[in-house]
Amino acid sequence: MSAGVGVDLENLWIRFGDFVAVRDANVTINGGDFFSFLGPSGCGKTTILRAVSGFLEPSGGRVLIGGNDMKGIGPNKRPTALIFQNLALFPLMKVWENITFSMEIKGASARERRKRADELLDMIALPGQGGKLPSELSGGQRQRVAIARALCAEPDVLLLDEPLSALDLKLRQHMRTELREIQQRVGITFIYITHDQGEALTMSDNIAVMRAGVIDQIGDGKAIYNDPATAFAASFVGENNVFRGKVKRVMGNEALIQTNRSGDLVARISSANQGRMKEGDAAMMFIRPEAFALAPKGATGTHFVTAKVNHEEFEGNAFNIFMEGDGGKELKVSIPNLGQSFEDHTGQNITLEYETKNAVIVPAGELAAE
Amino acid sequence: MKRFTFMRLSLWIYLGVFFAYLLGPLVIMSATAFNSPAFPRMTPWECLTFEWFGALFRDERILNGIWNSILVGAGTVVLSVAMGLAGALMLTQIWPKLRATYYTIIIAPILIPGVVLGISTLVFWDRINRMLGLGADSWLSNGLFLTIIGQSTFIASYCMLVLVARLQRYDMALTEAALDLGATHAQAFRKVLLPFMRPAIASAAVLAFLASFENYNTTTFTFGEYPTLTIELAQKVRYGITPAISALAFIIVVLTVIAALANEASLRRKELVAAARQKATVAELESGRLQLPGFFRSNWAAAALVAVACVTVAVAGTAALYSPAQCIADVQEQKRLEAEQRIQELLRQRELRRQEQLDQQGEAVPAPAAPSGSSSGFGGAFAPGNLSGSSEAEPEAEQEPQGNSSGFGNVFDPNALSGGSEGGGAGD
Ligand SMILES: Nc1ncnc2c1ncn2[C@@H]1O[C@H](COP(=O)(O)OP(=O)(O)OP(=O)(O)O)[C@@H](O)[C@H]1O
Ligand SMILES: [Mg+2]
Repeated sequence: MSAGVGVDLENLWIRFGDFVAVRDANVTINGGDFFSFLGPSGCGKTTILRAVSGFLEPSGGRVLIGGNDMKGIGPNKRPTALIFQNLALFPLMKVWENITFSMEIKGASARERRKRADELLDMIALPGQGGKLPSELSGGQRQRVAIARALCAEPDVLLLDEPLSALDLKLRQHMRTELREIQQRVGITFIYITHDQGEALTMSDNIAVMRAGVIDQIGDGKAIYNDPATAFAASFVGENNVFRGKVKRVMGNEALIQTNRSGDLVARISSANQGRMKEGDAAMMFIRPEAFALAPKGATGTHFVTAKVNHEEFEGNAFNIFMEGDGGKELKVSIPNLGQSFEDHTGQNITLEYETKNAVIVPAGELAAE
Repeated sequence: MKRFTFMRLSLWIYLGVFFAYLLGPLVIMSATAFNSPAFPRMTPWECLTFEWFGALFRDERILNGIWNSILVGAGTVVLSVAMGLAGALMLTQIWPKLRATYYTIIIAPILIPGVVLGISTLVFWDRINRMLGLGADSWLSNGLFLTIIGQSTFIASYCMLVLVARLQRYDMALTEAALDLGATHAQAFRKVLLPFMRPAIASAAVLAFLASFENYNTTTFTFGEYPTLTIELAQKVRYGITPAISALAFIIVVLTVIAALANEASLRRKELVAAARQKATVAELESGRLQLPGFFRSNWAAAALVAVACVTVAVAGTAALYSPAQCIADVQEQKRLEAEQRIQELLRQRELRRQEQLDQQGEAVPAPAAPSGSSSGFGGAFAPGNLSGSSEAEPEAEQEPQGNSSGFGNVFDPNALSGGSEGGGAGD
């Protein structure tokens, strides 16, 4: 997989005046990977990309591309191409001129440019539309033109800044697969920015989860989803139920948590925190809605939770039960719809059970905003 | 309902008055260019003539002035647009806290009186000229350079205002995208920013040229050996004006109208093409068989442009063939006749008066101040008896036919003076 050119961020700091936009980021991106930065709006994702593409000088630390320090090398000299958050297609140039702008810079003839443009237009499934102006294309088509324009520059690293955010859901899902296919075809490193965790999970080889300038966790989709390193990562990626409490006893990779509402519960300590949690530490336990199952009424123990049902909904593939949860937040449970009968529990207390390996413990921390 | 129509009516009247106020002087001035009298006037209309256009094009000083104005205008356009663009770019790049101050400074020349700019330009560059040890006729002080520099000081600010308006709509990400794709800063500027700015640059250039062309108060200090058209006109007017100046005004008005129509026509054309492209299907665009609307379809400006051009050509053609000599000869003949008639009349009156005086003398009552010199060309004009006597007393006063019809007014009519009217001076 390491055929392409990798990117490393070493102790990267970026400040705007007193404001720290990126704090001590350390990331290794393998050549040929599809790597995503995932985080809420304003957490510094674009800032990192701009540092990689050369529009921002780091306030501290280094950016390495293919092992070379990029200090003092301008954006036009770096082997990167950036797809801007707002695309930034040249409005006065035709589509084919837009796509082959990088060739025009190098002095290629119009014939060569047209030929290359036609190849790329075929690749992005817009054959014969080179004569249009960007304003005459649909949003999704513009998206693809921006991708073609970046690819035409034959970069070693393609940087994509939320390129799908402006599209509607259908088109976004379609473009996800298309992007992934393009990446596998051209085999170059993609660095992808998104605040949509679904996008990150489906497309990426590796994901960095960011929060307010800090990288919380780096790992592949499964690790991020199943084995979050921080409370923020656990609550930001996918739906999760939180139980606040204190560590009562550590038992190897597991721990017994004294929760505020639901008694003592046992769960797995997430890998990043194993060996680091002691008795008495404030802790948070996370259990996904789909990790619960209904248990016989009144069952007690360290993997049973009892609470009152607020309301229920039927989602087609699942029944959702919303119960009184911790810290004013509702506890959500999803029971897969396998055709079983399903009675209404609204207003009643019900008991749930989970498997210890499906519940993770992380140190108490900031949660992602809803 | 009634109120509504009343409102409407007053609106139309207002518009009429407004446009008459705006365009009336231009129309009248243009008309005087075609009338034969040597002083520009519309009434009385004597003969249609194109002579004043000929006179204009034979006037070396005017032609030279036009040429100098074009030279100065071209220089000012280049300098002002370049400085304006630099200023506008600076404004968008500068540290935000300094922006307001910078803006004030760069706008200030517009607020400074042109006279001050002219004097200061002259003084400043004269100093520099002397510091460099150059003579009075060096390129630095011979007028062309000074005028361009002097005018650009404030025209550049106008240009900057025009350019800033467009630049504010520019997405800096476009420049970044160009850089990211490997362009140098110069390439990004030339291939991305400049094409985007082109319409505003064209507007700024036109504005700069017009402002330069019409400038007088700065230029008057700096023109040196290069008097521009406005300077020449001002100097000419001091010695009296001729309809040749009206002819020049007419030409400028026509050129302006044609330029405005051409601009409007091309704008509309672009809009129509854009609309057609927007509606076109992919297949049409691909095959290049897209039916673009014809140049004249729903484009009134284009039609008007062609009409004006046709009329201009027709008028020029007529002018080449038409000779007002006959008409002018007729008018002169008529004037001669009228003058003769006047003289006859005068003589007759004098005769009459003498008769009267003789009659009075016959009654042996000598008039206290009997005009003895009644043989003078002024007739009885200076006779106090005439002045004191009311004009109605003279039977001829009523008979005087169309005393004001001739260009010479009532100069030859001594009665006019007695009436105390200003009519006698009108023919001056
Ligand atoms: N030029 C700048 N000057 C000052 N602060 C800046 C500048 N650029 C970004 N910031 C700040 O840095 C933080 C991170 O910005 P950034 O654009 O990287 O966010 P982001 O993660 O890309 O957000 P989004 O998902 O909304 O695009 C923000 O709080 C922003 O206000
Ligand atoms: Mg961003």
